[in-house]
Parts: sequence; C-alpha cells; structure tokens
Amino acid sequence: MTEVSMTVNGRPVRADVPDNTLLADFLRENLELTGTHVGCDTAQCGACVVHVNGRAVKSCNIFALECEGAEVATIEGEAAPDGTLSAIQQAFQDHHGLQCGFCTPGMVMSAKALLAENPEPTEAEIRAYLKGNICRCTGYHNIVRAIMAASGQDVSNIAAE
Amino acid sequence: MYEVIITRPRTLAEAIDLLGSDESQPLAGGQTLIPTMKQRLAAPETLVSLSGVKELAGITRGDGEITIGATATHAEVARELADSYPALAALAGNIGDPAVRNRGTIGGSLANNDPAADYPAGALGGNATIITNDREIPADQFFGGMFTTALLEGEIITAVKFPLPDAAAYAKFDQPASRFALAGVFVARFGDVVRVAVTGASEEGVFRWEAAEQALSGDFSAAALDGMKPDAVGMIGDLHGSPEYRAHLVGVMARRAVAVAAG
Ligand code: FES
Ligand code: FES
Repeated sequence: MTEVSMTVNGRPVRADVPDNTLLADFLRENLELTGTHVGCDTAQCGACVVHVNGRAVKSCNIFALECEGAEVATIEGEAAPDGTLSAIQQAFQDHHGLQCGFCTPGMVMSAKALLAENPEPTEAEIRAYLKGNICRCTGYHNIVRAIMAASGQDVSNIAAE
Repeated sequence: MYEVIITRPRTLAEAIDLLGSDESQPLAGGQTLIPTMKQRLAAPETLVSLSGVKELAGITRGDGEITIGATATHAEVARELADSYPALAALAGNIGDPAVRNRGTIGGSLANNDPAADYPAGALGGNATIITNDREIPADQFFGGMFTTALLEGEIITAVKFPLPDAAAYAKFDQPASRFALAGVFVARFGDVVRVAVTGASEEGVFRWEAAEQALSGDFSAAALDGMKPDAVGMIGDLHGSPEYRAHLVGVMARRAVAVAAG
C-alpha cells in the first residue's frame, strides 16, 4: 500500500492504495465517483476519459500513483452543485447525443478537452478528436452535432444520417 | 491487474539503480505497457516510473537539431514541434487518439519498437540518434527485429536527437480499429541524401527502403517512385491485408509522403 493524494473536482483526497490501483478504480471504488465508466479496460473505448492536469487521459490506463499531486476532473464536476448541466452536457441532451449513456461521461470529457484546445472545431476535427471514444448506440452524428452546438456553431448542416 | 510494486525515482541515477534488478521494468507513459500487463504478456514485479525524473523531460533546440526528452508525450511533440519540425509533429499528432497522446512517450515508443508504431519510422527515416544513460546509438543501429532494440538490460533511453531535414513528411495508412500503421512511410531529405523508412509492413519491423532512397536522391519527386514497391516477401500478412497489399501500400504511402515533402 502506498499513500496517494490528489485533487479531484477541486476536492483534496488522500488514500492508501495498492500500487497496482488504476486511476479509474481509485475514482470508482475509493471515491465512489462512478460516473467514470470502464468499458473495455484496454484503452480502446474512451468511456473512462477524465482530465489529469487539464489533459484528457484514459483513466483505465494510468496508475493512481502516477497522479500524485495532480488536479483530476471527472464528469461529476461538470454540472453545477444545483444540478444545472454544463454547456456541453446540455447540448448532449438537446441534440440527443446519447442513448444508453455508457459512453457519455468519456464523450463529454473528451469534448471538453477538444473545446479547450480548439474552441470552434470543424465537423472533421470533432470526428478526428473522438477517434478514441467509441459509442455503440448513437451512430455519432448527434454527438458531433451536440459538440458543434456547445461550441456555439450552427449545426443545421451536420449530416442527419 | 496483478500486484506490482511501483517505485518513483526523482533522478536518473536513482532510476538506473532501481532498474538494476532483474524483475523491474521502466514505466514511461504506460499506454502499451499497462494493457500488456493486464493481459499478462508482460509481468514485471516492479515498475520504475520515469514520469518524475526531470532529466528525461523537455524538448530543446540546438543548432540544426532538436533533442526530445524520453518522457516527452506525443501531444507535447505535436504542439512544440509544429513550426520547427512539422513532419515529426504531424507524425506524433496522429498516433493513437488524443488521450493516448497525452500519456504515450517517444522513449516508450522507441524502446518498445512495435512493428506498426509510427515513431520508429520517424527516428529511422529522420536519422535520429537515440541517447541512453550510457551511450549514443544511431537509429540505423538501434532497431532490431520487431519489439527488439539495441538497448541492454537496465539501459534506458534518455533523449532522442533529430537533425533538422531540408524536407520531410510522413504518410500513414491507418488500421482503422487500432490506429497503428497498416503501412507508414517517413521520408526525409538532407541535402542530396534521402532516407525512406517504412513501418507497419515488414515482419522484421521498421526498415529503410533503399531502392526508393536511390530513386529519390537524384529526383526528389513522387514521380521518381512511379510503379515502385518493395518486395512482398517478408511483408506482414494478416486479416487486414496480404503481403502483396502491404507492399503496394508502401509504394502509395511513399509517393504521398514525397508529394507533401517536395510540395
Ligand atoms: S475503459 Fe478505458 S478506454 Fe475503455
Ligand atoms: S450512448 Fe450508448 S454507448 Fe454511446
């Protein structure tokens, strides 16, 4: 067991964990932040994407100990304390960017990273950025549409099918 | 994930010391190593995390060359080399996906020498020098067969030095599920000398395509490679493509890379 401390959604946390604890498991098991989903556990699906020091990472593919002292942001930090959704979350709802919702936490966190780097991405840039986020329900169009809308762009020209 | 001990040295000397034991392995970004450990394809007892070792971080520009610290992530290289070495920045910026690029490192990629990884082509085609804690190894002597390098037990990459080319480009045909190269070709021209390195295609891992280099050294244009492709013997054949298909793809990617570099 090794002690690890980090800041998660602005809250300092500290725990003794086995060295092999992945960040995804630390968030879900130790902190009970189960919004971060584990789909594949092999770094392919992107359901587990969170931010570490402002950068999107796959939390199933990084040890908690590697995040010592880091600022971690998860989906639970997106909505305001009163439940008001963030602009990206609201856009996902408005544009039906989710069906079962399993991929959604990772999609939202990837979208947030994209918009931080590139505030007005093109449709092609959004699709390229989501290479590592897999959705088995939506067919992606509405996710792309939601991210475009969240960036304040016109979405009427995004392919509907 | 099975039980493992993670050590977190702060200096290179400490890291080398910790790597002295048989059962330990360096952990860079972990984007390949962690999935490999989950599948028990690798099972080190101790991981020596390199992320806190200051000597391995950062990118520095010298006279006509760029030295990239071993723990520089693909995203860092893509951002920081965008103006100074666009071909290498583009290569780094198209590895895997954005989240993987925020963790995966150049040192990890080269030390692993996956036969379909992008960086081996960049390093070999770009005539890089791989710097370790012990010596400097020219890329031509660094890569063995797939997953094999000149690194000795306990030796780690500390940085990679790239001379700046007069022109360069990388063209990659993605395997759409894995994002690894089905064929990737890095072309670089240094004066009259042209280097062409191919990844993803050969059973032997990354290699220099010498016939293309000769054709391009007199005439650095895509047309100089018209109709050329490497021999299909020794190319990888799997469900994604036959050896003949890969050989053909190498010709196409090489022409695309030259068209960009010469353009
Ligand atoms: S659970 Fe991490 S990428 Fe799928
Ligand atoms: S909404 Fe079901 S996986 Fe994306």
